[in-house]
Amino acid sequence: MRYLADVAALTRKDLRVELRAQDTLPAMLLFVLSMLVVFHFALPEGTGEDAAYGLLWVAIVFTALLGLARAWIPEQEHGVFDALVLAPCDRSAIWVGKTVATLAFLVAAQAVALPAFVLFFAPLDGVALAGVLLADVGICAVGSLMAAMAAAGRARELLLPLLLLPLSMPLIVGGVGSAVSTEPERYLLLLALYDGIFAVLSWASFEYVVTES
Amino acid sequence: MIRASGLEKRYGARRVLVGVDLELPRDGFLLVTGPNGSGKTTLLRVIAGLVAPTRGRVEVDVHRGRLGFVAHEPLVYRELTALENLDLFGRLYRVPERRERIGMLLERFGLWEARSERVESYSRGMSQRLALCRAFLHDPDLLVLDEPYSSLDAESAALLDRELAELAGTRALVVSTHDPARVEPLATQRLVLT
Repeated sequence: MRYLADVAALTRKDLRVELRAQDTLPAMLLFVLSMLVVFHFALPEGTGEDAAYGLLWVAIVFTALLGLARAWIPEQEHGVFDALVLAPCDRSAIWVGKTVATLAFLVAAQAVALPAFVLFFAPLDGVALAGVLLADVGICAVGSLMAAMAAAGRARELLLPLLLLPLSMPLIVGGVGSAVSTEPERYLLLLALYDGIFAVLSWASFEYVVTES
Repeated sequence: MIRASGLEKRYGARRVLVGVDLELPRDGFLLVTGPNGSGKTTLLRVIAGLVAPTRGRVEVDVHRGRLGFVAHEPLVYRELTALENLDLFGRLYRVPERRERIGMLLERFGLWEARSERVESYSRGMSQRLALCRAFLHDPDLLVLDEPYSSLDAESAALLDRELAELAGTRALVVSTHDPARVEPLATQRLVLT
């Protein structure tokens, strides 16, 4: 129960900080909508829906990257990361809190972006939406850990995509597969497995990322 | 409380700390002085467990939840108010009677009137006073204070003098400062880094 209370306090803090600063979510919204508009004009007329689904995933991954690149900025300013690391709570709670908050921002951006996608490109059924949600969990879980690792280095903006994009490949495969395949359940299972495995790995390794051994 | 021997810290080829030995009892007061770049901040970060030494051993006989730390930066969220920051850390440190304790500290450090203002609107001195509130919030057994007088006006510095005088002898304190005369009478041990 204490663990959940810590996670709740940390998540609430992240949401409150974003509500005040409005640094991340407006940028994510503007970015994803701009990408969809660019894709709308870039795709030749008569292009199949499969290509559009692929482009949706480009938009989702890069929008998530944008949010994740800013995820630990409030902690870096004024050195708050040290204060969190010194607190007696389980350090993995810091990661869970950040993952939940980042997921909330990504889902909020998609609440606007997905209707825009349907308007411009192609319909999305329940299975495709389930694929998006499952992939969101995976991106935010792994991305929060990678962003913490990148934040410790000097070339944060460069390092995060280099770390995260290769790890996101199964999510893109699963996400596109769930939208275009005739057997979407296989891809949903892949996404669920990815989420489970990588969430546990990220949860367990966060302690080692934030402490100097 | 703290036992260290042969502490050394390198950043690349640069040696920041060389051969530091110290032993501080539970009620000891260690005053750390030295010029800029002598390794005071690094030593305090090693003691706090934020940085691992390159060589040597350090044993700090206190759970990290019983340690209070003041750094060069205030270690609080700029977008949150003083109340919200202290409430967050009060929850994470499981401070009993959290609201009363926060109110008492804000009152004592002259921040009660500004409790609902965002920290980004605070002066450097107000941020430093909030940093002290955060470090004292959970009534720690070991206080590690890196330049705690930095940016404090005369009144706030005098308040901190009184706080440290009250705390000295009741818990372990490690204080680094460029103004050693302020805490010299309280110190039971002195370490000069060169």
